[in-house]
Amino acid sequence: LQLDFWLAPRRLGLPVDIRVPFRSLQAVKAHLEASGVSYSIMIEDVQALLDEEQTEMLRSSRQRSVDTTTFNYEAYHTIDEIYNFMDMLVAENPNLVSKLEIGRSTENRPLYVLKFSTGGTNRPAIWIDTGIHSREWVTQASGVWFAKKIVQDHANNEGVASILETMDIFLEIVTNPDGFAYTHTTNRMWRKTRSRHAGAICVGVDPNRNWDAGFGDAGASGNSCSETYHGPYPNSEPEVKSIVDFVKSHGNIKAFVSIHSYSQLLLYPYGYTETPAPDEQELHELSAKAVAALSSLYGTKFKYGSIITTIYRASGSTVDWTYNQGIKYSFTFELRDTGRYGFLLPAKQIVPTAQETWLALKVIMEHARDNIY
Amino acid sequence: RAMELPPGHFPAARAAAVAVEYLRYLRGGPGSGLRLRELQRARRQDIDDVGHKYYLELELEDVLDKDRTVSCTAEVLYHLGSTTSAPDVQLTVQGELRSTEEADKEFYNRIRSLEKELVAENIPDSHGNVPPELEPIHLLAWVASGYVIWQNSTENTKFHLAQVKHVKQVKRNDEDLQFDFVLLLHEMVSQEVLPWEVTLLWHPQRGARVPQSRAAGAGS
Repeated sequence: LQLDFWLAPRRLGLPVDIRVPFRSLQAVKAHLEASGVSYSIMIEDVQALLDEEQTEMLRSSRQRSVDTTTFNYEAYHTIDEIYNFMDMLVAENPNLVSKLEIGRSTENRPLYVLKFSTGGTNRPAIWIDTGIHSREWVTQASGVWFAKKIVQDHANNEGVASILETMDIFLEIVTNPDGFAYTHTTNRMWRKTRSRHAGAICVGVDPNRNWDAGFGDAGASGNSCSETYHGPYPNSEPEVKSIVDFVKSHGNIKAFVSIHSYSQLLLYPYGYTETPAPDEQELHELSAKAVAALSSLYGTKFKYGSIITTIYRASGSTVDWTYNQGIKYSFTFELRDTGRYGFLLPAKQIVPTAQETWLALKVIMEHARDNIY
Repeated sequence: RAMELPPGHFPAARAAAVAVEYLRYLRGGPGSGLRLRELQRARRQDIDDVGHKYYLELELEDVLDKDRTVSCTAEVLYHLGSTTSAPDVQLTVQGELRSTEEADKEFYNRIRSLEKELVAENIPDSHGNVPPELEPIHLLAWVASGYVIWQNSTENTKFHLAQVKHVKQVKRNDEDLQFDFVLLLHEMVSQEVLPWEVTLLWHPQRGARVPQSRAAGAGS
C-alpha cells in the first residue's frame, strides 16, 4: 500500500496521520470503514501543495548563483544549493577555507564541515553548528551567512580576522542533512534524524538527546515516536558520532556553539542536572555580554541561563557533552523568534537574525581567544 | 507567602504564555495580534490542596502596532494534579491598544460578501510567507489557538501556534463568521507538533467563541 505515516501510531486512543498514495486510496478507505475506524481528510492533494511550493521556490530567485557574491542570502535554500554554496566558497577562497567530510548520514549524505584557517597546525579552534534540528530553517540559513561573513572579515582585515590569526573556525552548516531534505520534500516540521533502529516503531532520533551526557535520564524519551527520542544508545546517530569523533581527534577545540531556533535564548550547561556547571559564573557573565551585543543591533531581546533553569530539563544534549569533555565555552543558541512565526520565520528575517547572532558569537570567540585554558 | 521567580526561568515564562494566549482568545481578532513584549515580574504561591498560583506583570504589544505597549497584571492558577481542567486566568489590562473597529468591520463585510467560501492552507508557508489578504485569518487562528492553548496548558507545557495547516470558512445563517481550522500547535517541552481541529465563531462586536476543538485524527 506504500502508506507514509506523518503521525505514526504511538498508543491506543491517539490519532494517526497517513499519506495515502492515490492508487491505494480506495483500499485504505474500504479497510478503515470495514474496521469501523473513523477518519477525516486533512489534505486532499499533497502533490498540489508540493507543486505550489515548488513554484514558489522557483519564483524566488532560484537561478543557481555562480558565485557567493550573487548568492541570495535572503532566501531559504535546498541542501543542494547549500552544498553548492560551500564548494563555491572554497573555490573562491582556497587559502582560507577548506571543506572536510566528517562522516555520512543514515541516508548516506555527506556531512560537511567548513574549516576557516590562516595556517598553523591544529590551532585552538571554535566550532559552530547549525541545522542539527532540521525544521529550524533560520539556523542553516544563518550558517551560510556566517560562512560568507568570515571570508569577508578576513578579506577586509576586520571583525574575526584577528581571531583567525591564532584560532581556526569550524562550521557545520547542515548538521542533519537527511532531516533537512525531508523538510523540503515531505514534512516541513521534521526535527529528528531519519534513522530506523531495530525494534523502533517510528523513524528518527533527536540528535540533541543522543549525546553521552546524562544519556537516557529524565529530559529525553525512550519512545521512538517521540520528538525527543534519545535513540537506542549514545552516539547511535552518525550525525552525532561524526562530531564526537571529530572533537575527540582534534583535541584542541576551545569553544563549541550549537545553534537552534526558536525562543531567543542563549543557554549553557547543564540540561541533564540541576547541579550548576563549575564555570557557571563565567558562562553567565559571558552570556550577558554576548546577549547585550546581539541586542545592540536591532533590539532583539534574548534571555540567558543554564538549559535546565531556562527552558527545560534535557538529557543527552550536545553542549552538556562538549562541556564535560573540557570545552569550557559550550553554548546553545535559540534564535528568532519567540513564537509569532516560530519555525516558519519569514525569509526576510534571515539576514538580520544572522547579523545580530554574529555579534554574540564574536563576543564568545573573542573571550575564548583572550582566555586561553 | 508568594515566592519571587526569576523572569528568565521557565516556570514564569510558561505561566506568562498562558496568560497571553488567554488574552488573545478574549481580545484578539482579525485586526490585532497581541504579543508578550516583556515579562517584568513573576511570583508564585503554592496553595495547599488547590494548586500553584502565579502573579505576573507583563508588557504587551500589538504585532501590527509595535510602537505602543500596554501593561497587564495576570494571575494564573494551575489546579493541583489536574490534566483535565484549564488553568484559571485573571487579567487586568492597563491602557488602551489601538482600535481595530474599522479593520474588523471591513474584514467582516469582505468575508460575508464572498461568493465562494474561503479556503486556505499552510499559513505561514514553509518560507514564513503570509499573503497580506490572509493575515487576518492568521490572526483569527491565534484567537482559536489561544483558546485551545489556554484550555490545555499545564506547568509542564508551553504551546505556540506553529502553522495554520488548513482553514475553511463555513457560511452561517446567523451573523457570526465561522472558520474550521486545522492548526498545528508546537509544544516546547515535548517538542511535538500536534494537529488540532478547531471551530471558531467570530463577530466584530461579540468577539470569539470556540464551540468545538479536538486533537485531530479521529474522523468526522
